[in-house]
Amino acid sequence: MMHAKDLIRMANQIAAHFACFPRDEAVTETIGHIRDFWEPRMRRALLDHIDAGGHGLHELVLHGAEALRAEA
Amino acid sequence: MTMIREIDYGTSARTSGTPVTLEIDGRSVTVPEGTSVMRAAAEAGIMVPKLCATDHLESFGSCRLCMVEIEGRRGTPASCTTPVAPGMKVATQNDRLARLRKGVMELYISDHPLDCLTCPANGNCELQDMAGTVGLREVRYGFDGANHLKQPKDESNPYFTFDPSKCIVCSRCVRACSEVQGTFALTIDSRGFASMVSPGAGESFMDSECVSCGACVQACPTATLMEKSVIAHGQAEHSVITTCAYCGVGCSFKAEMQGTTVVRMVPHKDGGANEGHSCVKGRFAWGYATHKDRVLHPMVRESTADPWRVVSWEEAIATAARRLKAVQETYGRHAIGGITSSRCTNEEVYVVQKMIRAAFGTNNVDTCARVCHSPTGYGLKQTFGTSAGTQDFRSIDRTDVILVIGANPTDGHPVFGSRMKKRIRAGARLIVADPRRIDLVRSPHVEAAHHLQLRPGSNVALLNAMAHVIVTEGLVDRAFVAERCEADAFARWESFIAEPRNSPEVAERSTGVPAAGIRAAARLYATGGNAAIYYGLGVTEHTQGSTTVMAMANLAMATGNIGRDGVGVNPLRGQNNVQGSCDMGSFPHELPGYRHVSDTAVRTLFEQAWGAPLDPEPGLRIPNMFDAAIGGTFKGLFVQGEDIAQSDPNTAHVTAALGALDCLIVQDLFLNETAAFAHVFFPGTSFLEKDGTFTNAERRINRVRPVIPEKTGKAEWRIVSELATALGYPMHYDTTAQIMDEIARLTPSFAGVSFRRLDEAGSLQWPVTEAAPQGTPIMHADGFMRGRGRFMITEYIATEERPSRDFPLILTTGRILSHYNVGAQTRRTANVAWHPEDILEINAHDAEQRGIRDGDLVSVGSRVGATTLRARISDRMPPGVVYTTFHHPVTGANVVTTDASDWATNCPEYKVTAVQIRLSNQPADRARRHAPIVRVGTAAE
Repeated sequence: MMHAKDLIRMANQIAAHFACFPRDEAVTETIGHIRDFWEPRMRRALLDHIDAGGHGLHELVLHGAEALRAEA
Repeated sequence: MTMIREIDYGTSARTSGTPVTLEIDGRSVTVPEGTSVMRAAAEAGIMVPKLCATDHLESFGSCRLCMVEIEGRRGTPASCTTPVAPGMKVATQNDRLARLRKGVMELYISDHPLDCLTCPANGNCELQDMAGTVGLREVRYGFDGANHLKQPKDESNPYFTFDPSKCIVCSRCVRACSEVQGTFALTIDSRGFASMVSPGAGESFMDSECVSCGACVQACPTATLMEKSVIAHGQAEHSVITTCAYCGVGCSFKAEMQGTTVVRMVPHKDGGANEGHSCVKGRFAWGYATHKDRVLHPMVRESTADPWRVVSWEEAIATAARRLKAVQETYGRHAIGGITSSRCTNEEVYVVQKMIRAAFGTNNVDTCARVCHSPTGYGLKQTFGTSAGTQDFRSIDRTDVILVIGANPTDGHPVFGSRMKKRIRAGARLIVADPRRIDLVRSPHVEAAHHLQLRPGSNVALLNAMAHVIVTEGLVDRAFVAERCEADAFARWESFIAEPRNSPEVAERSTGVPAAGIRAAARLYATGGNAAIYYGLGVTEHTQGSTTVMAMANLAMATGNIGRDGVGVNPLRGQNNVQGSCDMGSFPHELPGYRHVSDTAVRTLFEQAWGAPLDPEPGLRIPNMFDAAIGGTFKGLFVQGEDIAQSDPNTAHVTAALGALDCLIVQDLFLNETAAFAHVFFPGTSFLEKDGTFTNAERRINRVRPVIPEKTGKAEWRIVSELATALGYPMHYDTTAQIMDEIARLTPSFAGVSFRRLDEAGSLQWPVTEAAPQGTPIMHADGFMRGRGRFMITEYIATEERPSRDFPLILTTGRILSHYNVGAQTRRTANVAWHPEDILEINAHDAEQRGIRDGDLVSVGSRVGATTLRARISDRMPPGVVYTTFHHPVTGANVVTTDASDWATNCPEYKVTAVQIRLSNQPADRARRHAPIVRVGTAAE
């Protein structure tokens, strides 16, 4: 679908924007943004990358992976 | 059809002031205080003869034709410069006045060519009309005395001529250039009998500072300044009011016609956006509509290696449907999608997104606004509740402090730029935040109070620092915030923004702007009266584009500069219908009216209306489509009126994606760069052929009326309807009015819009609802669209695209006055006379270090590509920053721009690319292989 590096870059940019929020809110907002704006195949590819170790991903994205998976 | 002739009241209207009652020719007339006698008479239907007066200019009192008698006053004062007074008794006609006027006309005509029958103004000449009005029958002075009849014509401008032999030195052109356009290119040279209109210091029009806006031509009462098209064709016999298809100002024009030939485009005095003014593009650069490069027949080809084959509409549509279905059968429903165009009408855009959602069965629809103002959509929705500018253009007349950030209105939005300059000349103070020294920073009679010449990519740091000053120096409008904004969000933002890391002193390191300048600008914005923000793509086209939009919204809310005349946050939209294409549901996550596809209630509304199930998941954005195409999961694309191969960043990436498609359908006027990768070509219609609406940057819905028949034989919305039907989803409309009716039924902010209402009102600014049937010029007046305004945390995160030893300069891109976007239209007009090629602007220091002289060919290389173009050494540029435009495919500026994009919307970061510049002695590969614009051999040629 897309190169993992592009998905990582995009997800990390989103996480970086919300990183200054209180942690729980930052996770919710990061995952909510991905949920609202990313096409399902992109979300699945991101989850596949997380399943493969999630190398390079912002910790907010990793922390929210289960929530994203539940909605994916 | 008839000619629309607006009444010229001679002097401008006064809309406020104590009513004054006077008597004119025995009639009682009541007008606001400050109105001229001439205007009062005209409003009562009494037209006083005039030559130097016209109602879009200040009165001047030079022609002596409008003299009247006023009881109790001596002499015969000029009615244009005499204000009304209570009880005044005016006579506009009597024997004495007739005799005086006839004498004045004799003097004018004694030094004027008597070639009325062959004059291009014949039939539309105010001098001729006045000669008739005053009953001139002889010229007692003869025609043999000293005169100006042998003055040479200046034909240097491609669009109009200047024939001084016909000039009566009324100064209307000079005043139009100064008062309306604000360029001050014209003057009256010499004195007395030798007086004559002169562009610059004795230069030709083309060599002068004239920007060819046409205001002087429009103001001229004779044939002295005359459109070459009128000289060629003669006077028009009917006119149609329509809307310009260039920038987001959305100027109204009268298309003056002879049958189906456009004689000229004249800005419409009643146009809500432009109020009778124009720029060189809208006024003159419409010839592309009939350019020989237009493709007028549908074409198909099996592969891009094959020549195009002209086919019937039926075959072209059937081929497109067959290929799209084949892709879906092989790769799945979501393997196809489409891109709508901000150059097309609301109705055309609406049917494309409907086709994609209902007939394709996917939300893979995006729009070219993705690459310009998508961060506006996100940022303003998060903070204010809807994706739209807050003001009408007229609002700036009440502004005291103007903050222009990342915009160049005099080039990109010239008609509004002129209005802005007029307000600045009247006393408003200006803050410009831009890496370049744009014209607004310093031009005749305009000078910015502050030019914050920040480094590209540091907008957020700058705006945060301004907000820091406002918060820490007690300049917050706490009453406004308490009444109108979310308390928790404000408290959090206030705490964040007050942190020392957001101070101007810290921001100076990242922005390069001295802290004192930031502090002074912030104080001015917060305390200078009504403050308004105007911004452009220099805000949005960054990795933090959305954050910057929210930072501006924060500033406006913190200072209470929102919800009334003279204030606000205003995106200057790049293309004519960016606002409309977004309104119409072009984004992959939103249905028309900015409602998320996951909202079951909204989706159900559309499913019932459209009779098709809709996907509750967001679709692919344009950059995602490219990535997916390269990844092999996205195989079919419909592109409406957009040249993505030229306009989108990282050309190599885009063309790789287009080359990977099994089915690319392009609908356009020309075989553009994207069409080189297409399998089906649907010829599109120009704005002169369209029937529909555009929505401009102030949410003004304007009618676009067809002035010539469709040259292709099929309206674009019909093509789309027939393609949808061929795909198995019957879509049928009889008229575009029916499409707008459907939009109004399904979109709350358009509820009161119809073609009938638009024709009655002239234009309407959405929301048009039961509560606001006349539209909404100023938004958020009584409350924000989302209820309470929401302050958003705007952490500054520097872009990863940074200069390095190999790429030490930052390239930023933009547009210039004479061209528009990728130049597909303007390159096919005489506008190329002003800008025949893209130029690299470079600071003298950077040029000297590299041995570059003005005019040298240079190579511009980034981490993704390289191109060549000529250098211009310019003190507009700060050291370390270079600039170019992207109007010419031979240059291909986007060969060097990267995939970096806004964190929230994927809007590309066109404004920051690390580059190296080197002297070059040959064109880039791209230029060498780039044949003329139409480079695909076709049977249609």
